[in-house]
Amino acid sequence: MAYPYRDDRETTTVLSRHMGEPEARTLSGWLERGGYEALGTALEMEPDEITEIVKESGLRGRGGAGFPTGMKWGFMPKENGRAHYLCCNADESEPGAFKDREIMRWTPHLMIEGCLIAARAIRAGHVYIYVRGEFFPVVRVLNQAVVEAYEAGYIGRSVLGSGWSCDITVHLGAGAYIAGEETGLMSSLMGGRAEPWMKPPFPAARGIFGAPTTVNNVETLASVPGIVANGSAWYRQWGSDESPGTKLWCCSGHLVKPGNYELELGVPLSEIIYDVCGGAPDGKRVRAVIPGGSSTPFLTADELDCETTYEGMQAAGSSLGTASPIVMDESTCLLSAMRRIAQFYAHESCGQCVQCREGTEWIAKILRRIEDGDGEMKDIDTLYDLCEQLTGRTICVLADSVVFPLRSSLDKFRDEYESHIQQDACTAT
Amino acid sequence: MYGNVKTAELVSLRIDGTEISVPSNTSVIEAAEAVGVLVPRYCYHPGIPSRPAQCRVCLVEIEGQPKLQPSCNISVQEGMVVHTASEEARSARRSVIELLLVNHPLDCPICDAAGQCMLQDYAFETRQLASRLNEEKLVMGRDRIAEDILYFADRCIICTRCVRFMREVAEDDALIVAQRGYRAYIDTFPGAVLDNPFRGNIVDVCPVGALVHEDFLFKARFWDLDQTASVCPSCSTGCNVTIDTVENQIVRLKPRHNSEVNSYWMCDHGRKHLIMSNRGLRPEAPLLRRDGKLVPTGWGEALTWVAERLREVSRGMAIVSPHAANESLFYFRTLLDRIGIAGGTFRVEQGEEAILPGFPKLQLRADRAPNASGAELHGFERFDGGAHSDPGGDAVAVLEDPLGELPDEWGREASFFLYVGNRLSPAARNAHAILPVTTFAEMEGTFTNFEGRVQRFHQALQPAGLARPAWLVLARLVSLLEDGGDGGVAAPTLASEAFQVMVRATPAMADLEWASVGLKGARLGSTEAAVPHAQAPAEGA
Repeated sequence: MAYPYRDDRETTTVLSRHMGEPEARTLSGWLERGGYEALGTALEMEPDEITEIVKESGLRGRGGAGFPTGMKWGFMPKENGRAHYLCCNADESEPGAFKDREIMRWTPHLMIEGCLIAARAIRAGHVYIYVRGEFFPVVRVLNQAVVEAYEAGYIGRSVLGSGWSCDITVHLGAGAYIAGEETGLMSSLMGGRAEPWMKPPFPAARGIFGAPTTVNNVETLASVPGIVANGSAWYRQWGSDESPGTKLWCCSGHLVKPGNYELELGVPLSEIIYDVCGGAPDGKRVRAVIPGGSSTPFLTADELDCETTYEGMQAAGSSLGTASPIVMDESTCLLSAMRRIAQFYAHESCGQCVQCREGTEWIAKILRRIEDGDGEMKDIDTLYDLCEQLTGRTICVLADSVVFPLRSSLDKFRDEYESHIQQDACTAT
Repeated sequence: MYGNVKTAELVSLRIDGTEISVPSNTSVIEAAEAVGVLVPRYCYHPGIPSRPAQCRVCLVEIEGQPKLQPSCNISVQEGMVVHTASEEARSARRSVIELLLVNHPLDCPICDAAGQCMLQDYAFETRQLASRLNEEKLVMGRDRIAEDILYFADRCIICTRCVRFMREVAEDDALIVAQRGYRAYIDTFPGAVLDNPFRGNIVDVCPVGALVHEDFLFKARFWDLDQTASVCPSCSTGCNVTIDTVENQIVRLKPRHNSEVNSYWMCDHGRKHLIMSNRGLRPEAPLLRRDGKLVPTGWGEALTWVAERLREVSRGMAIVSPHAANESLFYFRTLLDRIGIAGGTFRVEQGEEAILPGFPKLQLRADRAPNASGAELHGFERFDGGAHSDPGGDAVAVLEDPLGELPDEWGREASFFLYVGNRLSPAARNAHAILPVTTFAEMEGTFTNFEGRVQRFHQALQPAGLARPAWLVLARLVSLLEDGGDGGVAAPTLASEAFQVMVRATPAMADLEWASVGLKGARLGSTEAAVPHAQAPAEGA
């Protein structure tokens, strides 16, 4: 059975190589595919050597922020006196993103192996995999894999007889976007509400249960075994200097072939949208793209020639985010789309900071009113002003997440707003 | 204010142009207060340990930081330069107020907190007086969150002071934030009941009108309240309180900060008990027994008559109340010495104890009276053996004990029965003379708490009828007995004078001065430097 999202073109398959192969989910099937070899290599290495290789590989966090993974591991204290923890952030909730789900669903052992190697690198004896509350089928697969790996001695006391022990606990969340924010995740994991906390203290200094903690995304950790097994130069054959490696692209929206494609970083966005995914169906024109999941700035159809690296997307005025382009064709009302995005963030705000708690909801209400034909021109000024008020003044960046698409849609599709306000008409065809 | 002053080293920083040195573990918001700058605050409360920095109203500009920083959560650093009122900080603050008011009902005209509301205060301070809101507000309604506390969800700003007070100070996880985002509200934990004996403090820490005591609801406007610094009389802890009165009625008690006694808190028993004790039948004029009947009379006649009768007394017993002020007990002792009655006893009502885990010095103590220590200091003995025995044919003098649970005929056979008090119980009606005196709330004076801390209370109410402070009445009697009332021996007319006479005559109190007792009290026999008007970190504006 071929993975449904395989592209016709010759594409890179590092993460997605065994997707679509049900046998890869089992331990025996995974071992046949060379599984857990990297773990064996890592067990012969000192923790800092592993960190060094990952640093050299230039792997950057795949959860959206793109922070260099090796550097993050390097922040962990070196002494072994205290408990250290690794949290695998599997709370994939960004609208548009569906890559972590695929990794866990098809190749759970790849992620488990990545978790174990990372745990060794940061001297953690316990890994918590925090899985999004809605991922019931996924967590079933994952639990099965963890049980098998425990039984075979890949997890638990003295992993593969090395004398190094590591436990893995799979924890199912209760369904909150904000639990994907690393401090929110840790609050939730400790039994509290998923409320982010002020940094400092940073997780490497004080994370779960007061102990040094690293939080890594599923895709980040799934990239680690390959790097450890093949070396940093191997990984750097793909992508750019600043953004090496491959990335899963979750393409959705108005596309002929939406899906999850693994591509090396740096492929022009237009190529992904038009060549890989076949562009908009029914011969319609693409109107707008949110390239990195719903919290990144809109790009217009004319801005898609950008290089899909962290730096390239930033230069284009947007962000790589979780590499989850949502494509909207010319029939899309961008005001309505923006309203729906704002509503999502209003719904998911944890409610601690007033800017986010009240601001996101107010934005959604204003957009709804404009959509209903009761808008006024001054609403545009109010929206711009709310963008100012919601930026950089809160504990976490959820409020900023609504500002990015909102401000860019106001800048780039002002005609849509004005048309709704002045003529109660949509510019979509 | 600065925990660990001894161990923390000093750092220098500049706040709004003023240099200051403070211990390194001080937060910026506290350091700003030390230079006289009150940064607005909602979620920060000096008595609640956690600093979630979630209300975002205390954001300030710190040079070198790319973003505004919450001053409650950031510790001072050497060389830090802070601008609490830079244009960006002010704009952020104003925006916080606008956003807080988005779903706020603006029902100030019927809100108990109006006039002492930090949302009102900061709205005026930031000039955020008009909203751009053009949408319908969310309506959440209200809830009974405890037997005696109502929660108005629409007014709530989710600062979580109440939740964190319960969790961190009362150590009772009764409250939670339910739901999230704009739908968030405060609720009891599913299945839990908010019946903690210190729950009333959540109303005090609420910076707006979201949490309201039901027995105060719609009773008074804040600006009509007279507020008097006092001491809670309901147990021997002696929590510092403010008595709020309207038209000579006590409507509520609020804790007043004292880091040595009760921090920012008090118990619910204290809050309720005093209001209840407002009630009861009070003697409002001196009553003298003539032809077997109690006849009202004026003070001059009553005192002369009582003084004459007292000259004939040689033996008898004395009963006092641990609710009487130090000064009253002192002059009662002086009077007893004068007429030759030794000893004297007092009874202390006992009750269940409760402790506030986050500030363990604050306890609802078993001794349900404010001044048992004072009574002991003036030579009266605690008497735990049930009811006071009948004086029989001897004389008896009673100070402020209500004689409430005694048989109706108690004291009827006494050769002379003097009752100096403020309750008219059946036993008290057997007295030959009833001299009406004020309750503690109607006078100025001092109590000595369980650990020998002498604390002043001020007059909150007008006395009932002709009632006068007991020390004033007793000092007059003493002077009448000494020289026939010719004015040779001056009786004090001010509580401060009575206090000074008392400390001069009482060796254990020799170190005390009226002024140094101040609003915070002073320990007996302690060398601790009194800081008469030390400023506590502010809870609000």
